[in-house]
Amino acid sequence: MQFDTSSLIPVLPEIFILTAACVVLVVDLFLKDEQRVISYGMTQISLLLAIVITLMTAPAETRIVFDGSVVRDGMSDILKIAIFIISGGAFLYSKEYLRDRDLFKGEYYVLGLFAVLGMMVMVSANSFLTVYLGLELLALCFYALVAFNRDSEDGSEAAMKYFVLGALASGMLLYGISMIYGATGSIGFQAVSEGLANPDVNKMVLVFGLVFVVIGLAFKFGAVPFHMWVPDVYQGAPTAVVTFLGSTPKIAAFALAMRMLVDGLGGLHGDWQYMLVILAILSMGVGNVFAIAQGNIKRMLAYSTISHVGFILLGILAGTSKGYTAAMFYSIVYAIMALGAFGIVMLLSRRGFEAENLEDYKGLGERSPWFAGMMLLVMFSMAGVPPTVGFFAKMFVLEAVISIDMTWLALVGVFFSIIGAFYYLRIVKLMYFDRPVDETPLTAGMDTQIALTINGLSMLVLGMFPASLLSLCAAAFG
Amino acid sequence: MIALSDYLILGAILFSLSVTGIFLNRKNVIILLMCVELMLLAVNMNFIAFSHFLGDTAGQVFVFFILTVAAAEAAIGLAILVVLFRNKRTINVEDLDTLKG
Repeated sequence: MQFDTSSLIPVLPEIFILTAACVVLVVDLFLKDEQRVISYGMTQISLLLAIVITLMTAPAETRIVFDGSVVRDGMSDILKIAIFIISGGAFLYSKEYLRDRDLFKGEYYVLGLFAVLGMMVMVSANSFLTVYLGLELLALCFYALVAFNRDSEDGSEAAMKYFVLGALASGMLLYGISMIYGATGSIGFQAVSEGLANPDVNKMVLVFGLVFVVIGLAFKFGAVPFHMWVPDVYQGAPTAVVTFLGSTPKIAAFALAMRMLVDGLGGLHGDWQYMLVILAILSMGVGNVFAIAQGNIKRMLAYSTISHVGFILLGILAGTSKGYTAAMFYSIVYAIMALGAFGIVMLLSRRGFEAENLEDYKGLGERSPWFAGMMLLVMFSMAGVPPTVGFFAKMFVLEAVISIDMTWLALVGVFFSIIGAFYYLRIVKLMYFDRPVDETPLTAGMDTQIALTINGLSMLVLGMFPASLLSLCAAAFG
Repeated sequence: MIALSDYLILGAILFSLSVTGIFLNRKNVIILLMCVELMLLAVNMNFIAFSHFLGDTAGQVFVFFILTVAAAEAAIGLAILVVLFRNKRTINVEDLDTLKG
């Protein structure tokens, strides 16, 4: 195998983000506390430049480099750009929150950039080894970020739970990969999928490995019954971290599932389809029902995440390019919705006060009609009320499921999303029909206000023109 | 001659031991970290065995990466453990119960 410099061009975005993370790490050492905004600015500029580089180096056709370890295709480019934009949004919202809690440190941005790099590697992975490395880079950064507030008891407890269950998930995944390696004799996705077609391959070992891979994947997605860490981490971690953790990693998890199950183990579609059906039904059910009982909004949004993961899995299990498109659309839209919801949670929080309880949202319509409206759009979108984009995301997924003659599954999805509408609409009721308990005026910088406005209105705009994003997603699956 | 299945059975036993350890252990968080390490080593055993019997080096390369990542993971796990102990003055698994619902 000979090395060719031109094979570096497809991974230029990754190289750039890696360099940027190292530069921010070093520059931050020489900054005084009041200059910390420079690290923040550099991070945002690197994310912007990364978008430009990704667009400029986008190859006309799929390119596989580094001896089949890395792939650059339409799907990876779109998902990477979505990851850059949404991570940038999460950094922007969390700036004031971190500053108010004396957590405004360069490490947040360094770890954030490394997590972005991990997600990029996952999105572009073309072998089990690359997938594993990307996944671990992402997970290690998030373990540290969850414990970012060093003096918080809840934060350290959440980090420990996340760490142990995350490591367990990686172990399961690796055990599954080792079985698949043993059966097919390869760790590259193309070679594995060719190996599956070989009639001599030991089907039992393969399915045994597949079960472990799916369990590991379900842990990382936070799908029921492997969801125990999600509510605890969402509640215990600083909201600034949850904003990041709750949004972009869902896109990366979607890519992880696509790469491993479709690119690698597509030949076993009949086997993993039923595993995903079980995970999807349980996730939609448990997520939506348990969310009703929560009084803490971060915990409620955690259960809501679990239910949305169920919908993303519905799209993947369909196994058609229509289903993949729908799942990709859903995961990007979900990341934008989660970003908006946590952005509002941070907007309402201030020094010494966390707007964690549902009561804190009472009368938001009087305190700040504009941001209450944005929260309304986000909640309607999560519940799936037309004309917001959440409705179309759900509709495309259900359409894909119906088109493979699993109408009953679509009905289950609709049933649970009706249950789910209750707790989203409860927030709307608290905002508009209750008297405010807390009259403190909301203070937010102009940048946060503009970003939240764009985020809220994007629910409506994408809902009116869903074809714009959908056609991008569809192009990825040709 | 030791057969491939012997290695796989040993790997499976080690793996199940570590998973049971994670779920049954109610005393000490450090034991959880040890179980996590054992789990990764069980996987390494599988990879090496397959790699040897398939005559393919990819499995051994994979093991090197797993070992490196396991070291990084242990470092972060212990760092979280120190933070946890400073805040709660205990590393008893049963005391990690403030977050629930």
